[in-house]
Amino acid sequence: MSTITIKRPEATEPVAKLDKKALSADHPTWCPGCGDFAVLASFFKVVQNLGIPHEQICTIAGIGCSSRFPYFVNGHGVHYIHGRAIPLATGVSLSRPDLNIFVFGGDGDGFSIGGNHLEHAARKNLNLTYVIMDNFVYGLTKKQTSPTSPVGFKSKTDPWGAQDEPVNPMRKLVASGATFVARTHAAQVNHMSEMFERAIKHPGFSVVEVLSECVVFFKGSFDAANPRKGGEFPLITEKQWDESPDDWKAHDTTDLSKAIKLAEEPWPGKFGVFYEVERTTKNANEQSLIADAQAKVGNASSQEILAKRFARMR
Amino acid sequence: MVDDAVIRIAGNSQDGIQTIGGLLARLAGRTDQDVITYMTIPSTISGGPSIFQVRLGSGEILSPGDQADFLVAFYEHSYKSHIGFLREGGVCLYDSDEVKPDTSDKRFTFVPVPLTSATVEAVGGTAKDRGKNMFALGLLCSVFDLDRPRLVEIISRQFGGKDESILRNALLAFDAGYAYPLGDILDLAFQLKPATASGKTRVATDGNTAMALGLIAGGVRHGAGYPITPWSPIMEQLRVELPQYGGMFIQAEDELAAISIALGFSYAGHLAITGSAGPGLSLKMEALSWATMAEIPLIVINVQRGGPSTGLPTSVEQSDLMQAIYGSHGDCPRVVLAPKDVEDCFYIAIEAARIARKYSVPVIILSDQALSSRIEAFTEPDLAKVMVEPVLDLTPAPEDYKPYPLTGETKHAPPGTRMTGGFYPVVTGLEHDEMGHPTSNPDLHMKMTARRRNKLRRLEAELKTPDVYGDAQGEILLVGWGSTYGPIREAVSQLREKGLKLAAIHLRHLHPMAPGLEKVFDRYDHIFVVEMNDEGVYGQGQLATLLRSRFCNPKIRSICKTDGLTFKIREIIAGIDDFIAVTA
Repeated sequence: MSTITIKRPEATEPVAKLDKKALSADHPTWCPGCGDFAVLASFFKVVQNLGIPHEQICTIAGIGCSSRFPYFVNGHGVHYIHGRAIPLATGVSLSRPDLNIFVFGGDGDGFSIGGNHLEHAARKNLNLTYVIMDNFVYGLTKKQTSPTSPVGFKSKTDPWGAQDEPVNPMRKLVASGATFVARTHAAQVNHMSEMFERAIKHPGFSVVEVLSECVVFFKGSFDAANPRKGGEFPLITEKQWDESPDDWKAHDTTDLSKAIKLAEEPWPGKFGVFYEVERTTKNANEQSLIADAQAKVGNASSQEILAKRFARMR
Repeated sequence: MVDDAVIRIAGNSQDGIQTIGGLLARLAGRTDQDVITYMTIPSTISGGPSIFQVRLGSGEILSPGDQADFLVAFYEHSYKSHIGFLREGGVCLYDSDEVKPDTSDKRFTFVPVPLTSATVEAVGGTAKDRGKNMFALGLLCSVFDLDRPRLVEIISRQFGGKDESILRNALLAFDAGYAYPLGDILDLAFQLKPATASGKTRVATDGNTAMALGLIAGGVRHGAGYPITPWSPIMEQLRVELPQYGGMFIQAEDELAAISIALGFSYAGHLAITGSAGPGLSLKMEALSWATMAEIPLIVINVQRGGPSTGLPTSVEQSDLMQAIYGSHGDCPRVVLAPKDVEDCFYIAIEAARIARKYSVPVIILSDQALSSRIEAFTEPDLAKVMVEPVLDLTPAPEDYKPYPLTGETKHAPPGTRMTGGFYPVVTGLEHDEMGHPTSNPDLHMKMTARRRNKLRRLEAELKTPDVYGDAQGEILLVGWGSTYGPIREAVSQLREKGLKLAAIHLRHLHPMAPGLEKVFDRYDHIFVVEMNDEGVYGQGQLATLLRSRFCNPKIRSICKTDGLTFKIREIIAGIDDFIAVTA
């Protein structure tokens, strides 16, 4: 059979368990107080909990404050161009089932310049985890309106207040066909870690939107969802499918229309898993194309397959 | 007996004239005859005038021919548009059910054949006139006394595997055409001289197919693309072929995603390919810059068409050279290659893969519309010699591993590689130090910029000065690149027969160029760069501009054209004539 030769070490000595020190790379360039620090800490914790081997961690990001993420993780990483982290991750995910792929980015990357890629990655159900650190503002370029900036938000490009209806991330993600869609808050570390863990374990395209405050350009943006700042952090109660008396009232995460309805709730809305279904991944579909094609050519080497192709052109 | 013959079949695109052209080309390949084809296709969705031209012969066939010896006209518009292309004394065979030619024109021999009704009669049933292409093929087979059993064998292979009635009808029409009484036209001696047997197995195919197979031979197993004419056939073939080799080709949502997915494959350790035509290449430019900066190997095929913008999607032009070399932002060195003919599409793809791997750089291959669709016969490649088996190397990286070493070649450690020193690399589009850390240190930016450029200098040092074809020194040197190879060579041959001392040199490596060109240029009085693009504001085409800036040599001048068609030999000669009289 014609396969791609993989040169890798035989079983090596057991690797030391990952700790924060092994996972830490450059000190983050984020501003003091930025919500993204908590996302990084939570990511480290989850990766350790899940026991992911060091060499299998692959973080990929585009451009933006949050997209500096790969520099701060000591793991294989890519700092790519604005908006295209998802397609780059697509190539990695499809050709390397051995890796754990994490895409990090902001609202600009995810919902503006890369909006179309998000739709298609969701539709294809690529096996990877995408964390959108949403701060409702362009921070790296110093305060322009972002696709999630609320109407009325005063920025340098909308000094009189933003006019355009913001993207509703949960609605967009659920409608796109993502198979795991969750929402969390960078100030709620335990909840955030739980969402990350479930997203990573999910087979398919899993997205977590993290409300991660930009303390410099949009201070107080997420206070309404932060109990420490006088707000509320209302959680989604998921259906347990047991006989408990209140279970009928709980959210059915496999129900698309209910997930959309939940996404329509007024600000600050709910937190937790909006939608979670299993659907064949593109990864699996491509592998089955390979399996079918290889079954047809049997044990032929790649040279034999190509020689046969040339013979047809004689 | 004739050395070679140019047959132009003119009809509509849905008549299947490309099919019979392809069958003729394949037959020529099988019988050791040389062959080159040329086709035009309308850019409309379905239908519209279309031609297929086949030049068959026993000598070296390099261009599809300036004039036709034999015209098959399916419709009145086919006759009207193409009779001017027929040489004096040529034959116009026309469908007498459709065409009313001016038979008083004594320059040509007119042969009426009721293609439509004779096909209906031969095939019968519901097929109507479908199959008149096969009927015409039968006619040509008898006129040119082609190897009928072999042609039948090729037809059977082409249509076999489909619905049985399709092959039956095809052969019915073919046989009827073959048996059709043509009278004294057969006395006009269209019999081709038998070719000298090469003893080598030959194949016939088009440039896009040769390119796709070259990529496979070069060990490329992954790719991504977005449909655009005339690139799409490469992606369609790779989509179907690659899974057999354990690889995959992904149809992306747009051009930006296509190159990004391909870069993802390459980053993951599988050298990948993406491609497009000019407009799509423009969309890929930002990502291409990243590939140069992050030093990720990649192959990008650009099947050039007429531009700018949507331009002429089904016509040929060589107007993307500057875009290929300089189209991205920043100082962004990358390798640019161009195949000279269909066979070379195969070998250049292998070379592109080798260069991309060795130097960890993006490599752009500039093909073009004419090359992509024309069929040529060539010696079947020796796969045992050229085949490259891809390896995903996840060997643990040494403790002193540097992703971007200031000395030595970049060798990325793909994700999944254990880093024994404990440091894991980030590949990046930000300027960086040797370890990949972002930096805006002025000294490092200078050093890294030079490092990225020096890869191309090392490649340049590897390259061999191309051979000249013709006189080792003389009056004129023609310089070409890409698919103009054939007509330039034939122009040289024709003018040398007239006693002129001249030669041609063809550049397959456009960035970097092979060394030693200045020494070649010194040996000729005039240097004309022949290319299918505009002479621009300053009177020079794109390659001529590059050569002038490279060599500061005022002898370098341009022969350009922008009609969306391949160079005819007489156009090249006329182009020279504009500067110095050669046809007096």
